[in-house]
Amino acid sequence: MKHHQVIIVGGGLAGLRAALEAVDELDVAVLSQVHPVRSHSIAAQGGINAALANVSDEDSWERHAFDTIKGSDYLADQPAAEILAREAIDRVYESEHWGCPYSRLENGKIAQRPFGGGGFPRTCYASDRTGHALLHTMYERSVLKKVKVYEERMVIELVVEDGTCHGVVALNLVTGELEAYLADAVIFTTGGAGRIYSKSTNAIINTGSGMAVAYRAGVPLKDMEFIQFHPTSLYGTNILMTEGARGEGGYLINSEGERFMEKYAPSAMELAPRDIVARAIQTEIKEGRGFEGEYVHLDLRHLGAEKIMERLPGIREIALDFAGIDPITAPIPIQPAQHYTMGGIDCDVDGVTVVKGFFTAGECACVSAHGANRLGGNSILETIVYGKRAGEAALKYVKGRESGPSRRAVEEALERCTELVEGLRTADGSEDPAAIREEMTKVMFDKVGIFRDAENLKAAIETLVELKERYRNLRLSYRGKRYNLDLARAWELGGMLEVAEVIARGALLREESRGSHARTDFTERDDENWLKHTLAYRTDDGPRFDFKEVIITKYQPQARRY
Amino acid sequence: MDEFTLRIFRFDPEDGQEPRFDAYRVPYRDGMTVLEALFEVLDHQDGSIAFRFSCRGAVCGACAMFINGSHRLACQTQVKSLGPEVTVSPLPHLPVIRDLIVDMEPFWRKYEEIKPYLIANSEPPEKERPQDPEDRKKIDEMINCILCGACYSSCPMVWTGEDYLGPAALLKAYRFVADSRDDASEERLAVVSTEKGVWRCHTVFNCAEVCPRSINITWSLQQLKKLAVRKALF
Repeated sequence: MKHHQVIIVGGGLAGLRAALEAVDELDVAVLSQVHPVRSHSIAAQGGINAALANVSDEDSWERHAFDTIKGSDYLADQPAAEILAREAIDRVYESEHWGCPYSRLENGKIAQRPFGGGGFPRTCYASDRTGHALLHTMYERSVLKKVKVYEERMVIELVVEDGTCHGVVALNLVTGELEAYLADAVIFTTGGAGRIYSKSTNAIINTGSGMAVAYRAGVPLKDMEFIQFHPTSLYGTNILMTEGARGEGGYLINSEGERFMEKYAPSAMELAPRDIVARAIQTEIKEGRGFEGEYVHLDLRHLGAEKIMERLPGIREIALDFAGIDPITAPIPIQPAQHYTMGGIDCDVDGVTVVKGFFTAGECACVSAHGANRLGGNSILETIVYGKRAGEAALKYVKGRESGPSRRAVEEALERCTELVEGLRTADGSEDPAAIREEMTKVMFDKVGIFRDAENLKAAIETLVELKERYRNLRLSYRGKRYNLDLARAWELGGMLEVAEVIARGALLREESRGSHARTDFTERDDENWLKHTLAYRTDDGPRFDFKEVIITKYQPQARRY
Repeated sequence: MDEFTLRIFRFDPEDGQEPRFDAYRVPYRDGMTVLEALFEVLDHQDGSIAFRFSCRGAVCGACAMFINGSHRLACQTQVKSLGPEVTVSPLPHLPVIRDLIVDMEPFWRKYEEIKPYLIANSEPPEKERPQDPEDRKKIDEMINCILCGACYSSCPMVWTGEDYLGPAALLKAYRFVADSRDDASEERLAVVSTEKGVWRCHTVFNCAEVCPRSINITWSLQQLKKLAVRKALF
């Protein structure tokens, strides 16, 4: 059995940054479903927020914190938002020192652009490929520091006994064998759950698998009903068209030729926060002012060829490759799509969870710095700020740990997992997993989407419960062991169904509208009853909900206008 | 086009059977990519096929394969551009793990040899290391690389020279040599100015031809050669 002092599950930005924090002192290994540079962090485009004040010297980390809290519709824990904003500055400089090729201002400083919901040009960028630049840099650093990576491992179980974490069990996709890993501390940095939705900007690997594994191990999921819909995904494939396109001055135009954001956010216009812009677009489409009843236009033509080629080359390439459209000469057809999971594994500002020795960071975690709506440019920021902090916390925990992890507990888990996975691999019921996945993703987008109401949410829950039942009677078409995608995807589906149910039930429970959670039957924010986090605990009959206070320090909730 | 034929290379080196192609009739949808077609087969016709994937937006580099005679990303390739018959096989000249999945170990080992990280001699300043926008522009093309391995697989010098570092690793070396913040050009040139390095490059231009990010990789390798000659002479 392999033993590492710290095992990090997930090789994206949060995971690599956590690894780098501990690798000088401890034996650290990363388990990842893909090679680290294939992680979804790579797809971040527009940038990373940090109040460097390179463009406007009036900016400060306090203003960044306030914008984040206001953007969160006051559901963020304020100390978490403050840490995010304060430590952003050091983390961005550190990534620059490690080689991240940020775009530059004339004076040689890191370039910054405006983003939605931010008072100043605060978003540092590397053209429109910031995640790509940053993830490659972080991987380069992990090569230098000799971080051990186990690729193509899918973690099946987090081993918890007596409230303490002892390791993980993973499926080696290449061999098809289950492997046990003993660990003094485990950090989950497994990313979001976007693929629970039929229309998502997320990578195909973003199935929320880490959330499901933690949930099954007894760790609560927090605020899962808050799902961000990105206003501008490319119509057809739903590939992300960065908010930076609007930051650089792009317009949103409906079929009547109007810049419709005038009606919804007269001062912020296209740079209102994502929840507001996504609802505006959806409303335009619903009221018949879309094109083909499906999309509106993102128009960049007035920016001119030079600016588009220099600042938004990636957007242009995507539009050309995937829609055959050149944004220099034609508007881009866009529609909202699922983009980000604000909720996640419940943890504090050090990534600490209710299980001793189990930490988490990044999109799979919920600190909560983003509350009910994340601001653009804060996601890859969260990965490196909170990835570092989780790494640090794990390091301290391991150094102070009196006894090692239990080999017996991990061995027992391995046996349990072997039985479960073998059972699934040879499942010969009658239900087709692909059909279940398609129904789940559709019902989530249609009924647990941008606008929600009790009737649709109840219908969605009913469907999900039925799908969970059908899932028990699966039939897999391939029985081989090596690289069995049928098995891997069917396994993930089981977790997705549970996470989907948490999202839908949380959305039904929360009888208010806040941030990304817009109830047409409860249209107002209700601070009296709902200024609190939801916590979902797993039971065999679905989630049991509890609540947790929001930590409010400096900023009392106000109406949110842009 | 309502339907098209997708022929998929099938091979498991551990099951004792010869490699073969299996053909599937796939319903066509407007805008369908080869990656979507593979999922259509996986989900609805044959759960046994194996391939790599992640971002489906041509930025993660997971799905490079050999499609109708060219190195391409499956996610970036429109079925419509290929005609009624689409044939996919794994990246040539890399060991096959199963079906369309290859062992990238040699690729990553060589990537690590060129010291793929910024090496600066000075202590980092409190803020950023300044970089002139003109200097930043010099690395703009190289940092667009997604490490998909298409260039590596397409290079005849890789096919015939087991030790040859290959285009992607050398491009990465030039990315740091050309970065005004990096101080390790000498060290890197010592690694690349060898027979397993740039001198193995015969400017065949396959790398530049197949790069899904349209990077002129050969140009970067030529720059390394120039610098290496200059270093040897002066």
